[in-house]
Amino acid sequence: MFINFFFDLKQASLPVSLKEYLMLMEAMNKRVVDSFNVNDFYYLSRSALVKDERYLDKFDRVFGHSFKGLETSEGETEKEIPEEWLKLMGQKYLTDEEKKMVESLGGWDKLMETLKQRLEEQKKRHQGGSKWIGTGGTSPFGAYGYNPEGIRIGQKESRNKKAVKVWDKREFSNLDGDVELGTRNIKVALRRLRKFAREGVESELDLDNTIKSTAHKGYIDVKMMPERRNKIKVLLFFDVGGSMDAHVKICEELFSAARTEFKHMEYFYYHNCLYDAVWKDNNRRYNENIKTWDLLHKYPSDYKVIFVGDAEMSPYEITYPGGSVEFWNEESGETWLTRLLNVYENAIWLNPIPERYWDRISSASIIKQIFSDRMFPLTIEGIDQAMRELNK
Amino acid sequence: MKFEGTSSYIATEDLKVAVNAAITLERPIIVKGEPGTGKTMLAHEVAQSLGAEIITWHIKSTTKAQQGLYEYDAVTRLRDSQLGDEKVKDIKNYISKGKLWNAFESNKRPVLLIDEIDKADIEFPNDLLLELDKMEFFVYETGETIKAENRPIVIITSNNEKELPDAFLRRCFFHYIKFPDPDTMEEIVNVHYPEIKKDLIQEAFKIFYDIREVPGIKKKPSTSELIDWLKLLMTDDVDAKILREKDPKKLIPPLHGALLKNEQDVHLFERLAFISRRENENLE
Repeated sequence: MFINFFFDLKQASLPVSLKEYLMLMEAMNKRVVDSFNVNDFYYLSRSALVKDERYLDKFDRVFGHSFKGLETSEGETEKEIPEEWLKLMGQKYLTDEEKKMVESLGGWDKLMETLKQRLEEQKKRHQGGSKWIGTGGTSPFGAYGYNPEGIRIGQKESRNKKAVKVWDKREFSNLDGDVELGTRNIKVALRRLRKFAREGVESELDLDNTIKSTAHKGYIDVKMMPERRNKIKVLLFFDVGGSMDAHVKICEELFSAARTEFKHMEYFYYHNCLYDAVWKDNNRRYNENIKTWDLLHKYPSDYKVIFVGDAEMSPYEITYPGGSVEFWNEESGETWLTRLLNVYENAIWLNPIPERYWDRISSASIIKQIFSDRMFPLTIEGIDQAMRELNK
Repeated sequence: MKFEGTSSYIATEDLKVAVNAAITLERPIIVKGEPGTGKTMLAHEVAQSLGAEIITWHIKSTTKAQQGLYEYDAVTRLRDSQLGDEKVKDIKNYISKGKLWNAFESNKRPVLLIDEIDKADIEFPNDLLLELDKMEFFVYETGETIKAENRPIVIITSNNEKELPDAFLRRCFFHYIKFPDPDTMEEIVNVHYPEIKKDLIQEAFKIFYDIREVPGIKKKPSTSELIDWLKLLMTDDVDAKILREKDPKKLIPPLHGALLKNEQDVHLFERLAFISRRENENLE
């Protein structure tokens, strides 16, 4: 019965599964809620189908869309026209096509009349309505009157204010996953990159082994084992200065999250592109830099490499020797990046610029190509995908 | 069995629907939300309103799923065996029951609260998947199967420190407690302090919601902090007039320690007060 709604949700790429749909059906079957009440159905389906507050907003939108025009059978007396109406009016102007549609519904004059009538009724019942009933005949209202959708919304709203409002309010919009980024969320995303192993000092009691060994020998023989640790090792490269200044905050967050999440982590700074040296302290970058060659030799190839940068520069800075804006580089940035990628199999690039702009920045496209498409946006989603890629 | 909220707990309509769905379908419900929105309270209130026993299992970073089922105390048995204790012959003496076992054994349908499940290791929820789904588990040491006589009402809270696995989520109902709007908040406050003055509430709410709106604030004050603050205001008998004070010199609300829990936030607030004071002086 609600199969279309389910597919709408799927289409909006909400992670819903058949099991959850069946659960909802079971709940409807057992009459958890009165099945004629839309509000209750909305609450129930939300609780059964959405499992993460990030998706609540999307769910509200799909619900609003799937059950558009749905009216409730109760609350007829509740009449109040909210201020949103006024705003809507200003926004909606109709095309000729739509006007024709109104005509087919009985002509817009008639519709306008009913609307006016309704507004009159409202006035008697509600003080709030009086403010703008007077403006009913003026142009913004006329524009609204044209709108078949507008009138329909009107019916819904006036019959039962609550019915549409609950999901139309979109209270959860700021919980949407693509927007919010805090260190905690980054940590959760970084946790994808884990590989546990017991290595090092034997500091924990190995109970099973102790029992076995004790039974075997006839006296208590304590066995120890090393603690379980995440043995992922990471090299982080941060682009600093220039166009990256706009992204300082998110880089800070990523850095602090990565520092707590990875025990074995080394970080380095570079500017725009990787050349023959990187540095660890921005104040002393000219005195205390580290040769890239040394770096490639020092850290074994099981390190995972994460580059953070907007990859926004002149293409020459990547492809030509001497292209760097800061000094004369003997070899091109591309050479250095390829060298690094030859050593470290698992490497990705995180870009704070939204993905849709990458194609328009030629330097970003070049780097993406060098990284064989392993460039991800610096959002929770992006980090998540990037970590999966690194885990491969 | 239907949960309708209690005299000491204001449950919104959507929360009631979610809880009742979980009760009827005998499935766990996961409750998330900002700290201080009453996630843990919910389980206690559900138990109280249904007249059921509550069993709480607080999760720590070191908690293992097995501990919820049972623990086998091998070390004590080992020691007893060395001393030739009679007890050693029966393995049952060394098995201590976990919270889940207790809940399954209960002869009246209990409420089982698994508090802050996200504190545990990332694999923890997966380890409980079957146990919570089938409501039974197997004790290897004695070879018996423990099956729930009455499927407990399982309420799980999470603070979102870790993502929960999909397979686990699919078996549960979910509810996100959003921060209460002023109307609901007033109901909540009335439940806690029925004798509070109306005008004090109004002014206090204004300040409270204003603070929550301050951009860049690190820790937004929550419901429980508002309740504490109101209590302080009442015991100190602060007049509503003082809260209404528009004098920017007194922009920082009285007894702000209850609302701002972080020195950076206090600094931020002081700085804002300073800026607005300077602007006012310039105007003059």
